[in-house]
Amino acid sequence: MANFQLDARRLLCPMPVIRTQDRVAELRTGDELTITCTDPGAAQDIPAWCRLNGHTVLSIEHDGDELMITVQVGTES
Amino acid sequence: MMNSVPTQADERQRKAVALISGGLDSLLAARVMLEQGIHVEGINFFTGFCVEGHTHAIRKKDRAKPKRNNALWVAEQLGIKLHIVDVIEEYKSVLLNPSHGYGANMNPCLDCKGFMVHKALDWIREHNFDFIITGEVMGQRPMSQRKDTMPVVARESGAGDLLLRPLCAQHLPPTLPEREGWVDRDKLLDFSGRSRKPQMALAAEYGFEDYATPAGGCCFLTDANYSRKLVDMWQARGNREYELDDIMLLKVGRHVRPSPRFKLIIAREEGEVKFLQGYAYRYPTLKVTSHSGPIALLDGTPTQDDVQLAARIVARFSKGRNADQVTVDLHLPGDDQAQQLVVTPMPPEQISESWYI
Repeated sequence: MANFQLDARRLLCPMPVIRTQDRVAELRTGDELTITCTDPGAAQDIPAWCRLNGHTVLSIEHDGDELMITVQVGTES
Repeated sequence: MMNSVPTQADERQRKAVALISGGLDSLLAARVMLEQGIHVEGINFFTGFCVEGHTHAIRKKDRAKPKRNNALWVAEQLGIKLHIVDVIEEYKSVLLNPSHGYGANMNPCLDCKGFMVHKALDWIREHNFDFIITGEVMGQRPMSQRKDTMPVVARESGAGDLLLRPLCAQHLPPTLPEREGWVDRDKLLDFSGRSRKPQMALAAEYGFEDYATPAGGCCFLTDANYSRKLVDMWQARGNREYELDDIMLLKVGRHVRPSPRFKLIIAREEGEVKFLQGYAYRYPTLKVTSHSGPIALLDGTPTQDDVQLAARIVARFSKGRNADQVTVDLHLPGDDQAQQLVVTPMPPEQISESWYI
């Protein structure tokens, strides 16, 4: 298991989801990916994408206008 | 185009990919297929012009509203996977050279639909799916969803009879999934025309109460104001190249072009201020510092006199609009030091209506 970072700042919906989707496809089950976003819609969209695709949102943290969403890759990626 | 059928008897569950826009029609089309026991997954193509969420994400007044990506929401309602595909680069050739031309604005709807169905065809071949479904309804859209153009989409996309439109299939020749009995044609629908009542009735039947109904569809290219800004950008640059940032910026702020050499993109509220500040690495910015006021991006190749004119215009949109003098900071990309400009705000009668794009 490893931890990875994805910078999705300044990207607007649905680009943070697309970047997450593409990055997760390269990772292994159990890996963790932290996505940094500035689009507040990502707080809804990335968890929705995770629910549909069998991944787990471990945390959503706010730091000013930035969101840090940590996802654990499930078995279906 | 007639597609061939596998020769071996094959009783496996058939698989379809549904083009999911996030609107009601594609939701219903996918639902109709699920009811027939088809395994459905959704695909959503992001061209850069999709209305989905962008301006809501930017403008502060919209930030209190719950936000969702409607395609993801539809997939959740249906309990299906959704694949979101970035087609920004490939889509440029569709927008710039549409073989069937444009609709009322810069919308190349017929070519766009053919492009997306073709991309879906590539996808089903790669993923071993059997056919494609869309939520198209005959007669609903003036360009891509007419009786004479729907076969064009099937033919030019290469999908041929692998393209099934469940909501209006009764008006069309049987497709391969129907002929082979993968789906029951009798249970497909015969919707037509611009009325939304049949879709709303079907939605009620399925228990869908909360669905997106975007006026004018889900694409900014159908919007007259947006199209005007796009054409203006191309004319000013002397070519029709664009990047994602360019087309995003057309959705934000007040666009004012006092000269062919440059235009201003002036933030209208706090959310847009933050968004435009994110582009300071790329564009010169003007910010009123002596009074409360907006930030503006300078796009183009302004002269020194143009910059003075731009500063006067930006000052006009600040709280110092009636002051004798207003200080405006000019920040150039890569330069930590701002240049201070002291200007007289431009009187409103000197700001020509024709400057507003």
